[in-house]
Amino acid sequence: MKRITIDPVTRIEGHAKITIQLDDSGRVAGTEFHVTQVRGFEKFTEGRPFYEMPGITSRICGICPVSHLLASSKACDSIMAVRIPPVAKKLRELVHCAQIVQSHALSFFYLSAPDLLLGMDSDMANRNVLGVIATHPEMARDGIELRKFGLQIIEGLAQERVHPSWIVPGGVETPLSAPVRDRILSDLPSAQAIAGRTLQFFKHALDNYKDEIEFFGSAPTMHAGLVDRKGNLQFYDGGLRFCSPSGELVQDQIPAEEYLDWIGEASLRDSYLKAPFFKPQGFPEGTYRVGPLARLNVANQCGTPQADVEFVEFHQRFGSPAHSAFLYHYARLIEIVHALEKIELLLADPQILEKHVRATAGVNSLEGVGMIEAPRGTLIHHYKVNEDGGIVWANLIVATGHNNLAIGRSIRQVSEHFIDGDKLQEGMLNRVSAVVRAYDPCLSCSTHALGQIALRVQLVDANGGLLDEIATP
Amino acid sequence: MKKVKVATVWLDGCSGCHMSLLDMDAAIISLAQKIDLVYGPLVDAQEFPEDVDVTLVEGAVSSQDDLAKLQKIRQRTQLLVSLGDCAVTGNVPAMRNSIPVNKLLQRIYVEGAQEGKVVPTDGVPALLKGARPLREFVKVDLCLPGCPPPAKTIAAVISDLVDGKKREPGLAVKFG
Repeated sequence: MKRITIDPVTRIEGHAKITIQLDDSGRVAGTEFHVTQVRGFEKFTEGRPFYEMPGITSRICGICPVSHLLASSKACDSIMAVRIPPVAKKLRELVHCAQIVQSHALSFFYLSAPDLLLGMDSDMANRNVLGVIATHPEMARDGIELRKFGLQIIEGLAQERVHPSWIVPGGVETPLSAPVRDRILSDLPSAQAIAGRTLQFFKHALDNYKDEIEFFGSAPTMHAGLVDRKGNLQFYDGGLRFCSPSGELVQDQIPAEEYLDWIGEASLRDSYLKAPFFKPQGFPEGTYRVGPLARLNVANQCGTPQADVEFVEFHQRFGSPAHSAFLYHYARLIEIVHALEKIELLLADPQILEKHVRATAGVNSLEGVGMIEAPRGTLIHHYKVNEDGGIVWANLIVATGHNNLAIGRSIRQVSEHFIDGDKLQEGMLNRVSAVVRAYDPCLSCSTHALGQIALRVQLVDANGGLLDEIATP
Repeated sequence: MKKVKVATVWLDGCSGCHMSLLDMDAAIISLAQKIDLVYGPLVDAQEFPEDVDVTLVEGAVSSQDDLAKLQKIRQRTQLLVSLGDCAVTGNVPAMRNSIPVNKLLQRIYVEGAQEGKVVPTDGVPALLKGARPLREFVKVDLCLPGCPPPAKTIAAVISDLVDGKKREPGLAVKFG
């Protein structure tokens, strides 16, 4: 037997390694996905005042700190037992949409575009964002500008791009000013144009990826995501919906406080990343996926005109639910379109400049749960406090965690299809990494518990003997 | 002109420093003319190259893997920069240091799970007793504090290093 190790998995947000075992005839006999970091936030935050939690937990992830700030602040709102001022909720939604734009742009343009534009088999020395800048400068500039658009909204509202302290228990710190609103509105058409032409480009390119669409994690699973009362796509609020692999409603409108009735977590011996599962079906049968693809699968529609046109076309082409993990890219681009439309709607709201943006209160409940849709999927913060507001227990379930088992299975499928152990080539291994990239896993987030993911691929024979390793320069 | 070989590394941190690095926005286009990004989360190299000019390291040293990686980096790098508070002081990752590692792992993987209830040991690196700053293990040539360091500061430092100048950043840093 032969073992291939991909270590680290590159162009993902975190530390992972993959091990692939091959049998004597060079066929894939097994694969493992190891997340190699753990950090302990759930334990070391014990004793901290609850109102510090947004600031501390935002340090789980520098890519989507706003997600943790929002989920954490919602849990704190609930401990204070306040309903935040209406405009505060709208401003939180605004900053959240901005984050979805910037985070999805990072995933698509900076991390995955090198595979899509330069090719899965292209020279690995150039297969990165600098390579895209050199060969596809217009596309690279679009990506930079779109990411910047999202981040400038965050900066305009919260004064800082990474780890802003503006989202707080009870609301937000400061209102939106008219000049900032007007600047966002004047930049918006250009961002919408970029999103539109990128989506058109991607749709035309899809025919080049028939193999990837067919074999990149296409095994049916359940899907989960937040929806509003009408069943439309929701990022900030709403109830959790689970759909079966064939698309039937399994459970709907689960409120944040009841997540523990439906979601369990399993520890794995070979990864620092735990695996959540849908409790009624047990582990591992209750595997489900979250994130852009899952959200488009569980929602009835997006709820904004442009995105809904794309939503209909997406499901016409790939079914409902669509299962291929390669389509996460497609779903991500549709969500950018939707988020930009939402930004426009929120800014057009006559209330949006109102000044009362924060509710104040002490500890009125000893427990609180906050649930949102982070760019990569459902994010849950759950805290218990003592009467002085000190954290006595915390539980965090992050987007990439939900996808843990599905990523593992997708790696297996891609490996089985693309890897030929007798003629091992780097491009084969890049496809294995690329399916991980399609999920846009945030190992930074998912390893809040402890640490990092390293991705290794080794080629091992059926008896565990090391046959080969890809020696990459 | 020979391009400067730059690597970026992410140990126990949140990647916020890497995001602040990208927050130079379009300035990356002109920087791309002067540097080769030879290793890091944004590129595909699997092995840290032998002769790197400048390496920016984000994050604290928290596991056996982190430590081994850092020592290799030090041997193969001319100029090593601690990028951000976690690398400079330990910062948030070091909040775990008062808790014994086995207690931390028990809480997460045994008490914090409904199935499995096992502390991972296969294919994952052992944690060090605490998350520590880089300078406790290797010589660091330049410290760039902040959580994260502001994009302009990072861009200015890289630009200096690429031009062969080394100076402590007397520029704005972001505390907290």
